Amino acid sequence: MSETVPVVDMQGISIAFPGVRALDGVDFRLFPGEVHALLGENGAGKSTLIKALTGVYAIDGGTITVLGTRQSFGTPAEAQAAGISTVYQEVNLCPNLSVEENILLGREPRRRGGIHWRDVRRRAQEVLEQLQLGHIDPRSILSSHSIAIQQLVAIARAMQVDARVLILDEPTSSLDADEVQQLFSVIRTLRDRGVAILFVSHFLEQVYEVSDRMTVLRNGRLVGEYLTRDLPRMGLISKMIGKELDALAELEEAESRRHPDRTQEVPFLRAEGLGRKGSVRDVTVTVHAGEILGLAGLLGSGRTETARLLFGADRADQGQLSIGGTSRTLRTPRAAIDRGIAFSSENRKEEGLIGDLSVRDNLILAMQAGKGWWRRVPRATQDKLAERFIKALDIRPSSKDSLIRDLSGGNQQKVLLARWLITDPKLLILDEPTRGIDIGAKTQIQKLISSLAADGMSVVFISAELEEVLRLSDHIAVLKDRQMVADIPNDGVTMEDVMTVIAGTTP
Amino acid sequence: MSALLKHRLTWPVLALVLLLLLNQLFRADFLSVRVQDGHLYGSLIDILRNGAPTILIALGMTLVIASRGIDLSVGAVAAIAGAISCMYIYSSPDPTSLQTAATGVAIAVVAGLLLGAWNGFLVSVIGIQPIIATLVLMTAGRGLAQLVTDGQIISVSNDSYQAIGAGFFLGLPISILIAAAAFGAAGLLTRRTALGTLIEAVGINPVASRLAGLDARTITWTVYIFSGLCAAVAGLMISSNVTAADANNAGLYIEMDAILAVVIGGTSLAGGRYSLVGTLVGALIIQTLTTTVYTLGIPPEATLVFKALVVIAVCLLQSPRARTLFGRRRPPVPAQPRVEVAA
Repeated sequence: MSETVPVVDMQGISIAFPGVRALDGVDFRLFPGEVHALLGENGAGKSTLIKALTGVYAIDGGTITVLGTRQSFGTPAEAQAAGISTVYQEVNLCPNLSVEENILLGREPRRRGGIHWRDVRRRAQEVLEQLQLGHIDPRSILSSHSIAIQQLVAIARAMQVDARVLILDEPTSSLDADEVQQLFSVIRTLRDRGVAILFVSHFLEQVYEVSDRMTVLRNGRLVGEYLTRDLPRMGLISKMIGKELDALAELEEAESRRHPDRTQEVPFLRAEGLGRKGSVRDVTVTVHAGEILGLAGLLGSGRTETARLLFGADRADQGQLSIGGTSRTLRTPRAAIDRGIAFSSENRKEEGLIGDLSVRDNLILAMQAGKGWWRRVPRATQDKLAERFIKALDIRPSSKDSLIRDLSGGNQQKVLLARWLITDPKLLILDEPTRGIDIGAKTQIQKLISSLAADGMSVVFISAELEEVLRLSDHIAVLKDRQMVADIPNDGVTMEDVMTVIAGTTP
Repeated sequence: MSALLKHRLTWPVLALVLLLLLNQLFRADFLSVRVQDGHLYGSLIDILRNGAPTILIALGMTLVIASRGIDLSVGAVAAIAGAISCMYIYSSPDPTSLQTAATGVAIAVVAGLLLGAWNGFLVSVIGIQPIIATLVLMTAGRGLAQLVTDGQIISVSNDSYQAIGAGFFLGLPISILIAAAAFGAAGLLTRRTALGTLIEAVGINPVASRLAGLDARTITWTVYIFSGLCAAVAGLMISSNVTAADANNAGLYIEMDAILAVVIGGTSLAGGRYSLVGTLVGALIIQTLTTTVYTLGIPPEATLVFKALVVIAVCLLQSPRARTLFGRRRPPVPAQPRVEVAA
């Protein structure tokens, strides 16, 4: 890990998309024989930087030097030819082909116009053994292996071209603990052979375990480059979030909310050790009527997964759930809705909007679904409800006949909120309801949530912005590495307290 | 004017009118309708009557396609329905009575509902892709129909049965009346209830629909059952018109005509917003084409090519991009921004 010449040296990289400066003068260096973690919150510019390096995006400013040569990659193939290989989060291989075919796909050794199969096998075997994966049969079909092995095969494929730089984008997101260790041992083998490895992960624990150096990005700008051993967890998190810890502590105290003694009441919802294999585990939360439960944790920590379990969008296979004091198993969203639970997904476009339908149709969709198709909500009622909620939530444009896909993000979010409010739920689960919307709409939505709770509705509130969670919630469930690690009552809790829990090494 | 140009039914209707005028050009009496023996006669009536099975099947197909599916089995279902009713009438002790005909029709309709339910089961419960799921019945269905008829063409002579495809009521062919009734019923069923909107919601975004609490399974099941019903009635019309059940040829390739009618009518094969009126116009265009072939005296061997040319023309007319390309009035479409090429 000596300070030699970097393999990759990116200086002052800028990339602009229409209306957004995705990267603004970012420097990035990658040394041989080193694992370098690229860190930052969602939207900080990590994947844009990777795509600049691999030739997927053209850069608008700055220089990329690879192995001492100025490069401007036009296509991913050019980057690959220069020795930069990438393994993406989802395995980008052909599951129906054999391991050896996948490793050499597109560069099979030829003989007399055909493929030299014996050579294919020999070379595949060779690269697998180099990675200490000799136990994998090169002739076996890829899909017969676990995701972890498939990921390792993808790395083998990347190494087969004799890559000098290996980029691993969220390689561990679908692996369990043992598989992660297997992956890390391969990463270390490669590092010791002098390969420069760029590692992107949301799991801080893993970053500290495997990386030697890290670069932190925030809002498309470089925050800094640090040696992993020099930067403690708390420091890293505050750099990622962009607030000094002292400043954080001084931030506006959460409005003093009343916390009546609830222990005697039957909670609206109670989950005990709720979990689902491969998703999230140990979710133990209690939500009373009129209470706001905040879910805190880094991206990928299992916030959304928790919400989906509580809504029946995914079926829990561990633990118990009781609603109104009665034990229930939620198999479908329909079952949850019938019990008075509503869920607004963080993924507005894919999981919320019916883009080609009008604002009115979108507004009444959940109510209509509840009534069944044969009992149509009368047009007059539809119009009345639409007008009422367009006015109440200040949805613009105020025409109920516009297609919802033509609205801005904030207004779409309001429509989705209203879709559920119309059904008058007892518990409203909001996953990132304020993400990607302008500040005005954001404040409106926050106020709305507070007043709904004051009127007796329970709310589960998820946001990547800790401040927001602290300001609104009565108590906060903290998730870390897809596990719930704490439930903190929000009386005088500071961001620092929560971040300590998030950063803590032991749950 | 520009709003009219943009309306999605403008171009199909224009194509239909042009086709009709073309026919009028070659045969002066084409557009005239005359009364004979108290019945309406004329080429327009023929187009409606012969097009009735296609209209019916295309109706069912529209809803299936709107829900992101497709039903390839409609031709086979039509053949089965015809085979069942004819076989029942043929082998009953009283093959000429109204009651026999009615029972035969009822059995065939129930069979159509069941076959539709089978398709819906494969798609919504088992989760097979619609094109594959209905392909099963498309191929197996012809075999079923042959089993029913024992491989023979079953001829029946039952006046009541024959009336379905060839009879008249109030001066109009009964098949037209049936198709019109089905069209009206489908319109009411989907637009007076919430079914239409919910089908569209499932077709546009199945994931969001599920999270909004929609029971997509019931919706899917409903559209396939409706499609099966339409196909069965169409099959009755076809077999009644020729007073025989032909397991091999009844409704052959009618699924293609129906899909084409839906597409010409402006409903996207990707699912979502649909137009029943559009489908009606589409089905009429297809039937008018067949008539045009005879009017113009196009040799039979060139018929399919001619049809294909007209269909391509109609589809191009509907495509905004093609209109810009050929129209050259608007500025060229700006170059697409660089698309991300995931390795």
